[in-house]
Amino acid sequence: MRDTASPLLAIDDLHVAFSTRRGIVEAVRGVSLAVARGETLGIVGESGSGKSVTAFAITRLLDAAGRITAGTIRFRGEDITRASSKQLRSLHGAAISMIFQNPRGALNPIRSVGDQIADAITAHEPVSRQEARARALDLLKAVLIREPDKRLDAYPHELSGGMCQRVMIAMAIACEPALLIADEPTTGLDVTTQKTVMDLVARITAERGMAMILITHDLGLASRYCQRAIVMEQGRVVEEAPPHELFSRPRHPYTKRLVAASPTATSTIADLAPPAEGGDAPAIRPASAPAGERRRQPGTPMLLEVQHLVKRYDGLTAVDDVSFAIRAGESLGLVGESGSGKSTISRMVCRLIDCSAGEILFDGQAIGSLPARDFHRSTQRKDIQIVFQDPTDSLNPRFNAFDCIAHPLRRLLAMKDGAALTERVRECAGRAGLPFDLLERFPHQLSGGQKARVGIARAIACRPRLLILDEPTAALDVSVQAVILQLLDRLRREDDLALLFVSHDLNVVRMMCERTVVLQNGKVVEQGESQALFTAPRTAYARTLLEAVLHLGGPVAHPAGEMTPAAT
Amino acid sequence: MSQLSTIAGRAGRRFVSSLPALFGVLVFTFLLMRVLPGDPAVFFASGPTAGKEEIELIRKQMGLDKPVPEQLLRYLGDIGSGNLGRSLTTGQPVLSDLRSRLPASLELTFSALLIALLTAVPLGVAAALRPNSAIDHLVRFICALGVCVPTFVSGLLLIYAFYYLLGWAPDPTGRFDIFTSPPPQVTGFLLIDFALARDWEGWSAAARQLVLPALTMALFVVAPLARITRAAMLASLGSDFVRTARSLGLSRRKIVVTYALRNAILPVLTIAGIVFSTMLGANVLVEKVFSWPGVASYALDALLSSDYAPVQGFVLLMASIFVLVNLTVDVLYGIADPRVSVE
Repeated sequence: MRDTASPLLAIDDLHVAFSTRRGIVEAVRGVSLAVARGETLGIVGESGSGKSVTAFAITRLLDAAGRITAGTIRFRGEDITRASSKQLRSLHGAAISMIFQNPRGALNPIRSVGDQIADAITAHEPVSRQEARARALDLLKAVLIREPDKRLDAYPHELSGGMCQRVMIAMAIACEPALLIADEPTTGLDVTTQKTVMDLVARITAERGMAMILITHDLGLASRYCQRAIVMEQGRVVEEAPPHELFSRPRHPYTKRLVAASPTATSTIADLAPPAEGGDAPAIRPASAPAGERRRQPGTPMLLEVQHLVKRYDGLTAVDDVSFAIRAGESLGLVGESGSGKSTISRMVCRLIDCSAGEILFDGQAIGSLPARDFHRSTQRKDIQIVFQDPTDSLNPRFNAFDCIAHPLRRLLAMKDGAALTERVRECAGRAGLPFDLLERFPHQLSGGQKARVGIARAIACRPRLLILDEPTAALDVSVQAVILQLLDRLRREDDLALLFVSHDLNVVRMMCERTVVLQNGKVVEQGESQALFTAPRTAYARTLLEAVLHLGGPVAHPAGEMTPAAT
Repeated sequence: MSQLSTIAGRAGRRFVSSLPALFGVLVFTFLLMRVLPGDPAVFFASGPTAGKEEIELIRKQMGLDKPVPEQLLRYLGDIGSGNLGRSLTTGQPVLSDLRSRLPASLELTFSALLIALLTAVPLGVAAALRPNSAIDHLVRFICALGVCVPTFVSGLLLIYAFYYLLGWAPDPTGRFDIFTSPPPQVTGFLLIDFALARDWEGWSAAARQLVLPALTMALFVVAPLARITRAAMLASLGSDFVRTARSLGLSRRKIVVTYALRNAILPVLTIAGIVFSTMLGANVLVEKVFSWPGVASYALDALLSSDYAPVQGFVLLMASIFVLVNLTVDVLYGIADPRVSVE
């Protein structure tokens, strides 16, 4: 702790409560923290830990149901806990500003980005519209937007997610605030974009002597960009230390669990094992070797062969001549950034959309020419099943967990209600680690991890031979992700199930998949054994992707590290 | 410029795609008129004593003795050449009848829509800014009242209050009082024509005639507009970009008007288009109560006397206006929301 000067921001015993239909819920219960001038503080934690609520309490942007019930927030020594809306308005943007998680949603969709940046300037400074526009152009240059003079008149929907986030950063720094609060600024962005955006934020805050609070669920991000990190769990701060110390020698059990569950460059599925939690999931069979080292007899026939697959959307080629194959029981990873066509390929393989050209052979039979609309009647439908990205949206809200899992059994295997069906559903739920008493519940009564288990149980209900996983853990917390990954790996070994694993998370793919296909702009850039590809990528693009992955305990890249923290 | 041309292109495509619907309306109304009870030939015969021969003669004159498909073809051909037929009650061509009455209806509807929007949008915004407050409940009450009182009742009540009791309004007998001389006809819209002729006395006389019927119609449509405004405002006030605007310290006025309201106005625009079309066709009660010489009351009179041509002309007119209104809403939408022009 540096207490040489009075801290820029000091929070003492903050409590925030939300009034909900089920009564008052305490989201933050006694958080105390301090941020020095020019310092970068990381707040890490999983969903529901209260990290974002703390940020919104500082800026008093809590939604109407949320209220600060106790504690004080001091900014530059002044108590702003009960500041009037007029005081807050002069603080917002000028002294404290925020960057949000969903950059596209955070920008006004029907106002040009130049006007929005100019709005941020004219809110605090008496400058003319032309002057504001000129400064907006300078800010666009500062956040490294290409062709800034053209982008000035662009609307948010004409920009990529990364570009929108740069515009958001430009707005946030427009009036040189002393404190920048970044709430999951790169969640949802591609790994390479994530790196450039975070490097940009780190450089700008260092150059302008701004303090930053970086709120993230990603320990790698915190360890790379923060000088100090605090870990939050259920509304409380459980540990505080410099990040490399925090993550190399975690003291609190929760931090230990969190660190263990975060995939690293060398971890294996077995390493992620959290201590058995309340008999929820059946004991995991210890995996002796990482997935990549298991060898299959060369004679095993191909289960799925994709040949010269093409998908065109009027004029735009989303997938361009992609070929790969999967043996029975093998797991193949599809990685790439957004727009690389990985999701489109997975949808074509599981026959939810039609392909424009090319062939898909499943078990030697051509299934690519069957119209996607009619594939549900095909006998192969039960052999190819899919687990979707969003565990909530992919479950019918009017079906309880039992009906969700029973649905494919009723439709594809024509099973009638009765003891046999109940038995089968219970078996699937058990294998997916879903307790039987949850089967009566509806999706909104289940947690994210439980919903993911329902989705998996439904996908394995018909005993498929190929399981397509489209970012199956992207919406889950790391500790839940660890359990789900182990579950999937176990199911694969037990059933000799082939997996097509689509993900943007390279560490996850490295652990889960024997072979990996790297895609860029709809084309295969590189494919091969995961082990070899991840240790020695042959192409420049694969190398860029790998270098953008932030590892726990990796080098601290914060440029402000060289600066004296008190400099403003 | 390119934005304008894309909007024009979109409008053009929309127009072409609505042509089949217009044709369907034509055929449908033609058939409908043929199955409605009542024989126009009997109605227009000289009297109850008219003989069979006379009725047959009238039938022949009207083309009613031909088979139905042939009648339909002739009807379509007539419409193609701009001939909507002749009204048997007024003795005038339907086209000129409609042309002289449409401005009255349009003026009334436009004024009512303007009044409704000017009332409903502020009410909706006020309600959304303080949800579940006294203002919100008051707005809800006003809306409920507007919807549940039928226009002929609210019209009569307004006449009772402002004409009979207070004497503020002129007698509800059409667009002029008897002492005003009509302006030289340019657009048919009295307020515009009087303004063009710089006859301000006449203008205010026409405006006074217009206020009560317009108010009556506006009352009825304030509710949907205000409710939509409230819902859209609530959604956009709770959106991420309004949160961003607050986090940057923008003034309250800027947040409410530039950020929230401009986004919220998009669904209001859609509803306003629908409301306008509905009002134009459904204002027959208001026209009757205020003796307003509009197209709706004209069509009703024609219908009651089994006079086919004006009714068909009216339905066709309404369908065309509906298409036009949708086109206008589309174009406005394209201007208001830059995302729409991307397809």
